[in-house]
Amino acid sequence: MIYNPAEIQRALELILPQVQKPGRYTGGEFNQVVKDWGETDLKVALVFPDLYELGMSNLGLAILYDVLNQRPDVLAERAYAPWSDMESRMRSTGIPLYSLETMHPLSSFDVIGFSLPYETLYTNTINLLDLSGIPVFSSKRTPEHPLIIAGGHATYNPEPMAPFIDAFVIGEGEEIILEIIDAVKIWKDQGKSRRELLLSLSSIWGIYIPALYKPNYGQDGVFTGIDVLEEKAPRQIVKRITAKLPPPTTRFIVPYIDTVHSRVPVEIMRGCTRGCRFCQAGMITRPVRERPVEEIITAISQALDKTGFEEVGLLSLSSSDYTDILQLVQEVSKRFADRHLSISLPSLRIESFSVELMDALKDARRSGFTLAPEAATERMREIINKPVSDQQLLDTCREIFNRGWHNIKLYFMIGHPAETMEDVKAIARLCRDVLQVGKQIIGGRAQVTAGVSTFVPKPHTPFQWVACDTVDQIYAKQRYLKAALRGNGLKLNWNSPEDTMLEAWLSRGDRRLADVIHEAWRMGAKFDAWKEHFNFQIWIQAFEKAGLDPSFYTHRERPIDETFPWDHISTTVRKKFLTEDYLWSLQGKTRVDCRERCFACGILPTFADLRRENPGDVWQCPEVKTRKITVRDLEILDLESLPVIAKSSS
Amino acid sequence: MSETLTRIRIYFSKTASIRFTGHLDLQRTWERTFRRARLPIAYKQGFNPQARLNLALALPLGFTSQCEILDVWLEYPISFSELESRLLPALPPGLEITGFQEVGLSEPALQTQIASADYHISMDNQQPDLQSDCEVLLQSASIMRQWKGKNYDLRPLILELRALQDGPGDNQKIFVRLSAREGATGRPEEVAAALGISSDLTRVHRIKLAFLSDE
Repeated sequence: MIYNPAEIQRALELILPQVQKPGRYTGGEFNQVVKDWGETDLKVALVFPDLYELGMSNLGLAILYDVLNQRPDVLAERAYAPWSDMESRMRSTGIPLYSLETMHPLSSFDVIGFSLPYETLYTNTINLLDLSGIPVFSSKRTPEHPLIIAGGHATYNPEPMAPFIDAFVIGEGEEIILEIIDAVKIWKDQGKSRRELLLSLSSIWGIYIPALYKPNYGQDGVFTGIDVLEEKAPRQIVKRITAKLPPPTTRFIVPYIDTVHSRVPVEIMRGCTRGCRFCQAGMITRPVRERPVEEIITAISQALDKTGFEEVGLLSLSSSDYTDILQLVQEVSKRFADRHLSISLPSLRIESFSVELMDALKDARRSGFTLAPEAATERMREIINKPVSDQQLLDTCREIFNRGWHNIKLYFMIGHPAETMEDVKAIARLCRDVLQVGKQIIGGRAQVTAGVSTFVPKPHTPFQWVACDTVDQIYAKQRYLKAALRGNGLKLNWNSPEDTMLEAWLSRGDRRLADVIHEAWRMGAKFDAWKEHFNFQIWIQAFEKAGLDPSFYTHRERPIDETFPWDHISTTVRKKFLTEDYLWSLQGKTRVDCRERCFACGILPTFADLRRENPGDVWQCPEVKTRKITVRDLEILDLESLPVIAKSSS
Repeated sequence: MSETLTRIRIYFSKTASIRFTGHLDLQRTWERTFRRARLPIAYKQGFNPQARLNLALALPLGFTSQCEILDVWLEYPISFSELESRLLPALPPGLEITGFQEVGLSEPALQTQIASADYHISMDNQQPDLQSDCEVLLQSASIMRQWKGKNYDLRPLILELRALQDGPGDNQKIFVRLSAREGATGRPEEVAAALGISSDLTRVHRIKLAFLSDE
């Protein structure tokens, strides 16, 4: 293999003209940060294990890149997954995975951080380690190898990837990344063993070192609990949060080639108070923290000057729930009126999406409108705790068509718990009703696009117990919808049931699935999120080889008192709360937005100190008045809700 | 606003990693560069307002150039020195401005004014009879080639072709002048291929664009 940046550059000269979209592999964009390699103490490679076009649109990595590069003793560079044409040329030429900034091989960095927002990136992660010439198993790495860390929403169940990752970051990354850097710097200076490094990292709030834990399984194959192998390692890993959001990142790399989103992304709010029961993001990103309007406006202004982007994305899990959303959108339209700026506001809630907000967006928005009722009957929307009436939805759509938009996208899921064929049929009916409304207003130009995905139960949600639909069930429901959603003005998008299965196996998997992932990768699985690559049969064979039954992970309704492989990872939303919410859903009982009433999910008692230090509307939770608990009490507190975790006796 | 509309021609070079940025992406890169420089670029009205800028002649992916040309419309005039000082910090690596010129609003579109383009093709391997190969090629009545599934004759598109004298240690180089009229544009890698040189082993650099009015 070639390890010298100059030689890598030379070899690239020859192969880049032969591959599709070579602009993915060159770096050199405006705002990339290039530091002096020899003069910088600590080197971090940030990796999104999919194509450049996707990775460049990932806000989390853009923030970490900025935070790390602001430190004079640290440099951060980027790498993405090469498409198969590029990978095969790299492998045959001996080019390892390299960073885009300086063409250094990834193996020469001190830390490699993977972003794992979803499960279908797992095989790519292993593949990229292999392409870097780094042992894919954590246990095979020596002090010469970089520390491999991973974070992102998928890592809230880290177990399926446990043997491949040295340290998982559970929760929000902007503060913890600097603590990791400090720990690695100290360790490097001391020249101690790799295990010493892992031990020292394990004491950082939010770090999970899987090598320090051992899972146990019963006779029936069900997970029974996890042993903590080291005295010093925490029994429970509490997610990291940033109590008060810092001002947003404003320096973004401006890609030369087209990416999924090329825009200024501004996170206006983190967390969501709605409590949709299927939604993992809503459960794991609590509490809700908003950024002030002025801070957002200032950030947009700076970011536009630095990037020249023509679009701004006001991002959050539920943008129309941002307290001052109308003021914000009006202010952005006014302040940047002369800049030909388009505003995108994803994730609008039907019930908080006002007519005034539509008016404010009218001039600043190009694309169609997307609403996500998720289910088409009021009964089902109560089960999933997204209660809106059909009338509300139709009224909202009428107002949207009235303002000149032609196309409304409606997102639904099939496979919700307790779903019947009636609920599925209602999807087609509701789409036709919305189209009818559109036709009354703008005639034949009206269009409704139904995006129907399949529900996958996720860890740390009230639906973590439920069975996922089988492939046959999904096919039957999709067959109905394909037939029912034909005709002018209607369009249907759906996911293949096999793709859904992969996501479902991995989401609620245990550590034994690592064998399946590894075996699937060895048989050629990669880019599993891509139709042209995903191979269902490989995965079925990998399960067979590992002696595991895929349906054990997906189609089994789990007993209410089952211990889960992710129970030692604490989102601070307690299992007791999730259990209650699950039981409520079975009775069709809903919860209101928790800004209106606290349901004691567990955030406040765990983070009472943080809340007290950040009073008022920094959080959308009620304020904590009295001092009941300290951060040091965390372990004891969480043990209460986790009776099954036992310290290793050995 | 329309009374102050100004059309500026910018001459620039394209090197480094931005050479792997295609025509449309380059156009957007320029638009963002103007936006970063806070220059008052004019927009075409419409549902999706488009920045008013035109590139002269697409440069194939991977080629470098010292002679690219761009026309941009500004809402009001700005001096060349100010243009330069504002654009300089906003330019991405690999784009370098070599000159400005004010152009009449009524002049035809830039891409319709180009007559020919000159290229240097340098090679990594040694081709023993390069000059005579060039001569043989020029003597052919026609050179039938295929591009994107269509047959065409490359010969009339080649206006000049010769091997360049190489200095000691230099790579061998070819000079080629190709027609670059609308609908009759020659591709230098096609000339290399017709000479039996693999495109993997060549680097192409555009050195000059000639206008119809120059002829």
